[in-house]
Order: sequence, then structure tokens, then C-alpha cells
Amino acid sequence: MGTDDTGGRQATAAPGTAPAIELKGISKAFGPVQANKDISIRVMPGTIHGIIGENGAGKSTLMSILYGFYKADAGEVFIAGKRTDIPDSQAAIAAGIGMVFQHFKLVENFTVLENIILGAEDGGLLRPSLAKARKSLLELEHEYGLNVDPDAVIQDLGVGMQQRVEILKALYRQADILILDEPTGVLTPAEADQLFRILDRLRTEGKTIILITHKLREVMEATDTVSVMRRGEMTATVKTSETSPAELAELMVGRKVLLRVDKTPATPGPVVLDIKGLRVRDESGVERLKGIDLQVRAGEILGLAGVAGNGQSELLEVLGGYAEATGEIHINGQPLDLAGKDAHGRARRARGIAHVPEDRQREGLIMDFSAWENTAFGYHRDPGYQSGLLLNNARIRTETEEKMARFDVRPPNPALAAKNFSGGNQQKIVLAREIERDPDLLLVGQPTRGVDIGAIEFIHQQIVALRDKGKAVLLVSVELEEILALADRVAVMFDGTIMGERLSAQTDEKELGLLMAGVAA
Amino acid sequence: MDVMPKWAEVALVPLISLILAAVLSALVILAIGEDPLEAVNLMVTGALGSTYGWGYTLYYATNFLFTGLAVSVAFHAGLFNIGGEGQAMLGGLGVALACLLIPWPHWSLALLGASLAGALFGAAWAAIPAFLQAKRGSHIVITTIMFNFIGAAVLNYVLVNLMRPAGQMDPATARFPDTTNLPTLHDILAPLGIAFSKSAPANVTFLIALLACVLVWFLLWRTWLGYEIRSYGKSEPAARYGGISPVAITMIAMLISGGLAGLMAINNVMGEAERLVLNAVEGAGFIGIAVALMGRSHPFGVLLAAILFGFLYQGGAELALWTSIPRELIVVIQALVILFTGALDNMVRMPLERLFLMLRRSRA
Repeated sequence: MGTDDTGGRQATAAPGTAPAIELKGISKAFGPVQANKDISIRVMPGTIHGIIGENGAGKSTLMSILYGFYKADAGEVFIAGKRTDIPDSQAAIAAGIGMVFQHFKLVENFTVLENIILGAEDGGLLRPSLAKARKSLLELEHEYGLNVDPDAVIQDLGVGMQQRVEILKALYRQADILILDEPTGVLTPAEADQLFRILDRLRTEGKTIILITHKLREVMEATDTVSVMRRGEMTATVKTSETSPAELAELMVGRKVLLRVDKTPATPGPVVLDIKGLRVRDESGVERLKGIDLQVRAGEILGLAGVAGNGQSELLEVLGGYAEATGEIHINGQPLDLAGKDAHGRARRARGIAHVPEDRQREGLIMDFSAWENTAFGYHRDPGYQSGLLLNNARIRTETEEKMARFDVRPPNPALAAKNFSGGNQQKIVLAREIERDPDLLLVGQPTRGVDIGAIEFIHQQIVALRDKGKAVLLVSVELEEILALADRVAVMFDGTIMGERLSAQTDEKELGLLMAGVAA
Repeated sequence: MDVMPKWAEVALVPLISLILAAVLSALVILAIGEDPLEAVNLMVTGALGSTYGWGYTLYYATNFLFTGLAVSVAFHAGLFNIGGEGQAMLGGLGVALACLLIPWPHWSLALLGASLAGALFGAAWAAIPAFLQAKRGSHIVITTIMFNFIGAAVLNYVLVNLMRPAGQMDPATARFPDTTNLPTLHDILAPLGIAFSKSAPANVTFLIALLACVLVWFLLWRTWLGYEIRSYGKSEPAARYGGISPVAITMIAMLISGGLAGLMAINNVMGEAERLVLNAVEGAGFIGIAVALMGRSHPFGVLLAAILFGFLYQGGAELALWTSIPRELIVVIQALVILFTGALDNMVRMPLERLFLMLRRSRA
């Protein structure tokens, strides 16, 4: 990532300049939860300021206050030294604040130009607005090196391009302060590099940028100053050049954190999962898996890297037994009857396949169900949980208590609804359910998405422990860092095919990034 | 964290909704120049002041219990079955056929047979929309409501052309044989030394409805099938992940739902009319939706809501009988209750939640 220009990474503002943004004593509570507690920061103009913190630390709340979505209970906002009230997003835009959300707010079937003027049209007629916008858009593109075809339709653009449109949207509204919320979550490493180059250019042109992220590396590489949030409080603001990832992680979590996964080299055994020529079509007939061949051995973790949407989810669904596919899958040498008796999740579980799905809130858990009801989910027809028509509620409850203790789920209350646990604890509930069944093959999708650093460490340890017990693990993650840290072998998916396989000890992010972009190395 | 304690969620919200509906109804009664207090008095004494009143209240409540449970079961599977009306109509046809075609030696056997027939017919009527939803994705709200009209037309045809005894003027079946007549609450309570009105229609079916309540609760919270139904209703992607077949659960939940609606016929057709007449359901299928909404789709809540609506029905009838308050106004009052407890639920809930939040914060 653009480390070549670290020299120019000093704040350009001279002493005595008013900060571009200053927050003084911002507090915000949602019911009993204090999301922001007396937060003060100063961001100088022409700098990139990182805000880092775990999920639920209050980063998004703070930015939502700045963008007028929430009203702070207490505190003041100063823009360029002037006290400013921001009751709604219109006021934020008027004050020169632009926001690029994690989930883009673009109209998919509109062109770039139409999206850019949306909500900022002049007058009732479209044509004059479009003509005017085209002119200023070209100027902006030229000024900041943000090249996008104004007439391209959004849905035809890649994610990186769509993000540029979001940035252009903000610039078109004359934003001087740009807030980016987890901007690299959906980007390939190369796209992320490009983004940081763009941000660098914007900074040189005098814009102020606030970068919200949970990725330490991005903060280290792209920012001038960084603020750390923990449990609604601003625990520290430091110069990036004067800190280290380990220090930031400790500030975020409040204790020392192991950033690397502790594991011994793998000792792969016999093939557990053998996939040959697997093909999947989605509902509209588009081929999402185009003949996948893949093997996972006992005692190894195979990491499946790739930008989201290149077929990894489909592969997990097929293996988990809830998507139709053609081709061959063997488990421990025995074929799976894909269309017949093995065509549902229960049959797959009976064959020793456990699955931690990518989207735990949609698939892995039933958010309204209590923790104990979720602990039986998928296994509820197993003998022991079921006797006749009855569900053995008492036994499930007891087991849940044990599992919660073993996996350190907090609070350890089996009766609490899943939605009331934090992301990390929700994931621990799913993981406990799947791992404790002692599967031969564990499918894990995005094991640490939306999970705080403290829990990441624990979850990674559990996955490695399962491998060390001689089980096969197929890990799907969009976080390359996670794949490299956890997997013994890496396969890269692109557009429904396996672009290549590497031993993780013999590859790096650059090589994988090329494969992820569909460039055969 | 849940914002409100459970008791407030279950009891306080419906209670306040109810009070609001009552206040608004009182204003309407005032506006047409009648005395609201007198009206309340009439309703209460009419519906609850005598065993005769209770007999009617419980009779209506029995109908609403079945249809309310029917809506609840489907609702737990995430399906909005508004075809209770049609399913109860067809249930009536099943009950009538069972009572007329089979020479039952005793009412208890007749009750068993008629229950089966009613449930089967109701379930069959729900099965078609369920199948269309499960296999073709036709929206169940649309299909079930259309099946209400088809059901009415079918019944019309059957009663006029097939089951009407020769020479009879009104479109109804012949009277059921005496051996199929169900004991009323009077018959049941008399041996226990409790005097209950002889002429009120409440009958043994009320006990069956209570049993149905318990069974539905048991199904939903004690069996794996109920667990699968609730899972599917909460999250279809999760259910698919968990190996639960959407087709099977849609079918099963709707069959149970239709069966419960069909069971209503043993109350109104076999227990009360003792023959099948046109429009025997009298809107109970739709009231079932309100009952399920107000009862939060929990069998116990459904029981309370069904009794409340039974009271409103009977009290309303008394009101129309003894005052110049027109029959239509009774419907307005009932509609207000439905509006406040069902549709405007959030209007009461939100301020209450805020209140509880404030209380909690001031305590913290």
C-alpha cells in the first residue's frame, strides 16, 4: 500500500490555524447504553485523521452525530473554528461535510451523473442540472485524478469505482471534510491502494479526511493522526508516526493483544473434502461457480481468499447443503448425493460437516431466539435433543450453559435472546454449536467479521485447535490478513473459478491480490 | 436489552390500547346523544351479568379462539393466513357431512368424527394456497383472501343445489340428527350443581377450544416441529441453513392453521345451529386476525383476547337491543378496539418504551 510518500505525511497546517473540525465534550446515550462519553477531538485541515476502535466502540455514532443523523445529548461541534449546529444531513452538507458510507447509497440503475446530482438538482428540470453537473464533474475528476465515466450505469461499475462516485458526490456538494466509514471493507488490496492514493491527493488539495476503520494497518499507512475509541470513550489521540500497531491494539482493547496467530506447521492427513467440477447457477441462470476443483485434508486449514461476490458464498452454501449444484463432492471418500438424500443441511451435518455461515445474523442465528434455542439449531433433530416429537429443552439448556462457559460467552445467560449479545459473543455461540459437535470438516465464513479484537484472538485459537485435532477446515474470508495468518494453504477465487492455490508460507498479499483481481500470476 | 419488562409488554400495552379504544368509543356514544356509562353498564350486565350473558360471550369466544389460534400458528411460521373465514366455512361443510351421512350412536363419537371432518376440510382449503405459496411463490395473503370468496361461492352452490332438503325454502341443510347434538354448558354444569342458563349456546366445544390452546402451546414450544415452524417464521435464510425445508414447513403450518379454523365449525354449526346455514361463520375468521394480533400469537393471549371479543360481541348485541345506539355503532366500537390493539400498537408501545427507558435511567 502507498508507503512511498510517507515523507509528505505531515500535517500541512501551520500552528495557529483553526482546526477543520473540533468536537468538544460530545455525549450520546441510547437508553442505558452510553455510546459516546465526553468526546473531544481536533482535526487540522489538510490531514487524514483515523478513528479506530472495536465494533460498538462508538465510532459510527460519533460520525452520525457529525453528519446530523443523531443529536448529541451534550457537547459542541466547531467547523473551521465556528460553532455549528448540525440538526440534519442537509446542515452537514451545508457545513462542508461529506460522508462516504460503508454501504453505498447509490441508485443502481442510474448513471454516475444522475447519481451525483440526486438531491442536489437545480430547479425542476433535469437537463440543465445534468449539463451543469457534467461540467463540474469533469473539473473535479481532473483536479483530483478521480476518473469515472459520467454516463456509466452504476450497476456496471466495480465496487472501487462505485466508491469513487460516492467521493465525487461529496466533492460535488463542495465538501471540505470527507468522512469515510470502513472504506476498504469491500475492496481488493489493489483497489484499497488506489483509494489511499486518492485520499492522499485530496489531502494535498487541502481537504480534511476522517477515516473510520478497525484495520490497524490502514491507520498506520494512511493517516497523520489517529484517535482510539473504546466503549464510547476516546482513549487516546496520537501522531501516527509515533505509535505502533501493537500500541493501538492495546489502546483499543484495553489489554495486550496477540496480533499474530500462534500455530505450528500443519501436518495434513488424508483428504476429507474432495470437490470435482462443481457448478452452480443462481436463480437468474447466471453461473456462479464454474467448475470448482478443491481438496481439503485432515489437519489443515484451507483459506479461500477473494473479493466478496466471486462465488465463495455459493460454495459454502452448496457444501452446507442449501443450494443446488452439479458436480461431485466426496466426504472422507464417500460421495454426497447432491440432488437426493443429502440435499439438505441436516444430512450434511450427519456426514460430519459443520458450518459457521458468513452471515451469522441472517443464517447462523435466529436473532429473536434465546441462546439455548440457538445452540440446538440445525442439530435439533439429533437423538439426545429430540425424543419422539418432543424437544429435550432441559438438556439443551444445560449443554448451552456448559458451552457458554467453555467459549467464554458473555453474559453467560442461556435465556438471553441472540440479538442482545455483541457480535463477538454471537459468533462464539455459533462456533460453540458447530465445533462442539466434533465435525470432520468445518466450514467457516468470515469468522471475525464484526467481531472485536479480543474475541478474534479467541476465535482464531479455536479454529487452530480444531485443526490440531486432525480436522479439516475450509476458511472463507475477505480479509487477506486473516487468511494469511490462519490458513496453511490458500486458494484464490475469482469469478466462480479457482485462480490458483499457494502455500501461505510461500506467498504474500501482493501475489494473492493479483489473483483476487483475476490476473493469473 | 429488551426495553420493557415482560409484564408491561404482555399486559400493559394491550390494556392501555383497550382503554384508549374505550375512551374514543365513549366520545362517539356521547356524540350521538347517549350516555356512555349507561352503555358500559348495559354491555357488562348483558355480557357478563348473567349465566345467559356468559353463555353467549363464551360461545363467541370459542369461535374466536379457534380462528385466533389458526392465525397464530400460521403467523409463527411467518405466514399471514387471512383465509380463516373460508377455512371455517369449509370446516362447516365437513361437519355437516359427517353429522348427516354417518349415523352416530352417541354425541361424543359424533363430536370426534365431526371434529376430524371439520379440521380436514379446513386444512384442505388452506392446503391449496399453502401449496401455491410453497411451490410457486404466490403470496399467501392474496390467495387465502381469494379463497374466502371461492369458499363462500362453493358453500352457496352446495347448500342451494345439493344439500338443501327438497321443498325447503332457505339455503341450509336438514337439521342434524339428535344423537349429534352437543351438550351445552348447562348440561355439563348441572350434574355439578351449578345452574347455567339453558338457552345460551355455549357448549362442550368451549372445552375443546381450551384444549386446542394447550395443544398449540405445546406444539410451538415443546416439539421440534414447533421449533422448526418458529425458526422458519423468524428467519427463512436461517431455516434453510438449519436444514429446515421451507416447503414442508409452509405446508404443515398452513394445514394446522386451516385445521384449527375448520374446527370452529363444531361450535357454530354442530353446537349451536345444528344444521349448516349460509354465512355460518359470520366474520369470526376475520375477528381471529384481531384476536391473534392482540394476543401476540400466544395461545394464552389468544384466550384472553377471544374472551374480550366475545364480550364485545355479546355486549354489543345487548346494546343494540336496549338502546337507540344503532347496530353499526357496535361495529365501530369493535373496529376501534381492533384498530388500537392491532394496527396502532406502536402508538402505545413507543411512548411506553420511552417511559421505561427514562425510569431506568433515573434509577441508574
